[in-house]
Amino acid sequence: MPKAANIELAAVTKRYGTTVAVDRISLKIKAGTYCCLLGPSGCGKTSTLRMIAGHESVSEGDILLGNTVVNDLPPARRGTAMMFQSYALFPHLDLVDNVAFSLKMKGVPKAERREKALAMLGLMEMTPYASRRPAQLSGGQQQRVALARALITDPQALLLDEPLSALDPFLKIRMRAELKRLQASLGITFIHVTHSQEEAMALADLAVVMNGGRIEQAAHPRDLFNRPATPFVARFLGDHNVIEGRVATVDGDTARFDLSGGASLSAPAGPGVAAGAPIAIAVRTDKVRVGAPEAGHGFTGLVSNVEYRGSTVQVAFSVPGVDDFAVSMDEADYFRAPLALGDAVPLGWSREHVHLLGPG
Amino acid sequence: MTIAHRAAPYLQALPLTLILGVFLVVPIAVIVMVSFWDYDSIRIYPDFVTFNYEETLLSWVTWKTYLNTLKFTAIVWAITLFVGFWVAYFLAFHVRTATMQTVLFLVCTVPFLTSNIIRMISWIPFLGRNGLLNTALVDAGIVPQPLEFLLFSEFAVVLAMVHLYTLFMVTPIFNTLMRIDRSLIEAARDAGASGFQILTNVILPLAKPGIAIGSIFVVTLVMGDFITVRFMSGGQSASVGLMMANQISLLQYPAAAANAVVLLAVVLMIVAGIVRLVDIRKEL
Repeated sequence: MPKAANIELAAVTKRYGTTVAVDRISLKIKAGTYCCLLGPSGCGKTSTLRMIAGHESVSEGDILLGNTVVNDLPPARRGTAMMFQSYALFPHLDLVDNVAFSLKMKGVPKAERREKALAMLGLMEMTPYASRRPAQLSGGQQQRVALARALITDPQALLLDEPLSALDPFLKIRMRAELKRLQASLGITFIHVTHSQEEAMALADLAVVMNGGRIEQAAHPRDLFNRPATPFVARFLGDHNVIEGRVATVDGDTARFDLSGGASLSAPAGPGVAAGAPIAIAVRTDKVRVGAPEAGHGFTGLVSNVEYRGSTVQVAFSVPGVDDFAVSMDEADYFRAPLALGDAVPLGWSREHVHLLGPG
Repeated sequence: MTIAHRAAPYLQALPLTLILGVFLVVPIAVIVMVSFWDYDSIRIYPDFVTFNYEETLLSWVTWKTYLNTLKFTAIVWAITLFVGFWVAYFLAFHVRTATMQTVLFLVCTVPFLTSNIIRMISWIPFLGRNGLLNTALVDAGIVPQPLEFLLFSEFAVVLAMVHLYTLFMVTPIFNTLMRIDRSLIEAARDAGASGFQILTNVILPLAKPGIAIGSIFVVTLVMGDFITVRFMSGGQSASVGLMMANQISLLQYPAAAANAVVLLAVVLMIVAGIVRLVDIRKEL
C-alpha cells in the first residue's frame, strides 16, 4: 500500500511572460484527501496541477510533498502520478505495455513488469483486453487503463486533469463513482481538476474554488455550498441567488441595504459591513418562497422564464437591481399554482437563510 | 435507383482512372512489351524473345551495377534518414511557434525552386580541384595539396544525392512528428522516461510511418537516378539508371526496357519490404 503524503503549496506563483496564471496561492492538502480544484477555464487550476506534477516550473513559492520541497524534482521523482485529460495512452503499445511503461523505464525485467501490469489491469477489471491497443477501447476503458498506468508507480498522490471531461454523461457518473471508490480503497491523495461543480460536490473532501489565478475558497463541499465565501463562489456553484447592494444603516446585528433598483433588504451584519459600503448576500434558490415577504426579506419579481427540471421547477424572475434571480420550486407545489411569464410575484425568504458574502 | 444514379460513382472515378491508365499503366505495358522485342543497331523489331532478359540477368556487369546502385541507395538512405529525422525533430519539437515552423520548413524547400541539375552543377565550382573548398583548405594550410576525392568520385555522388533527397525524408517524418500528441511525451516523462528513452520508446515508434514513406521516396529516387551519378562521378561510377541511359543512347531500346522491368521489380520488392515492416496506412 503506497503511503500518502501531505501536499502543501506555499505562495505558489506561475507566470507566463507577463501574464500571471497562478497568483501566490497557498493550500494544504492533508494526506488521503480527495481534493478537487474547481473553477472556470483559465482560472489557473490546470497550471496548479501541472506545477504539482512537475510538468510546469514554479515561478515563485514552494511545493511540498511530505517534508520535501519538490520544486526542482522531475515528475517521476516526486511520488506523484498524473492522469492526463485525454488519457495520453501510447497508441503503439498494447495495454500491458502501456501500464508497464514506467517499470520498463526503470529497467524492471520484462517478465516481472508484465506480471505487475497484468495484476494492475486485473484490479481495474481490464484483464480481458490486455493485448488490445488503446484505440480499440471505449472512453471508460481507456480511463481505467490510464488509472492503472498512473497507479503502477505506487504514487503518494494521483493528479487527475479533467479526467471525466471526455466521457458521455452516463459514463461520467459511473466513472466518478469508480474514482471515489478507488481513492477510498487506496487511501492516497487525489487531486482532481474539474470545471464541473457537480463533479467536485460529488467527489471532493476538499473543494478548492479558483478564479483568476487565486483561491476563492477551499472547504468541504457542504461548507462551500452552505457558506460560500464570495459572490464568485456562490454564482459558480449555482443554486444561489446573489444580491448586491449598498449598506444604508447598521443597527446592532442587522444591516439594512439598498439595491440599485430601489428595494431595501436586511442582512446580518458582519465584518466589513458599514454604512455606505457595498454588500452582497446569497439566498439559495430552494429557500425562496412565493408569498408576501417579511419586511426586508423579499421583493416582487416578474416571471421571466420557467424551466421544468423533473422533481423541481426553476422559475427565473427579473428583479430591478438583481442580475439573476431564480426560485427552485417543488414540482407538485408549482403546478398547484402555475405562474405565467410576466406575472408579478411577491418573493420572500426567512432571515436564517440569508448568507452574508465577503468581498469578491 | 435510376441508371444515372448507378453510373454516378463510376463517372466520378473515371478521371483518375483515365489519368492513371494513360500515364502509368499504358507506359509500363509498353515498356514490358518492348522488353521482349528484338533489335539491331539501327531499329527495333516486334517479336517475343527473352534474350534481353538473359543478357541483363546473366551479365556480370549488370550485377556489379546493381550492387553499386544498392550501395548508393543504402548509404544515401542512412544519411538522409539521420539528417532528415533530426531536422524534422528540431522543427517539430524545438521550434515553438507554428509560424516559425512554417517559415523554417519553407526555408528547407527553397533549394527546390531551382532545378535538380543546377543544384548539382553548383557543387562543381565548390568541390573541384581548384574549387572554393580546396582553395580554402590549401590556403589555410590544412591540406598540402587539393583533395582529389571531393569531386568526380563516389563521395561527390553521395553528397549530391543527400543534398537532393533529404527533404523527401524531412517532410513525411515532420508530418508524423507533428501528429504526436504532446501529452504522450509528458506522460512518458511522468513515468520517469529520460530524454533518450522518450525518443526510443515513444517518438521513434510513432514516427515509423513517416520514416517508411520517406524511405520509399529516397530509395525509389536513388535506385532510378542516373543524372547525379553521371555528373558527380565524372563517369567513374555506374548505376542502373546510367546503364539504361547508355543503352538508350545506343538505341538498344529493348535491352533498356528489360533492364527497366528488372529495376522496377527490384524497387517494388524493396518497397514491399518496407510496407511489410511498417504499417503506413496510419499515415495516409
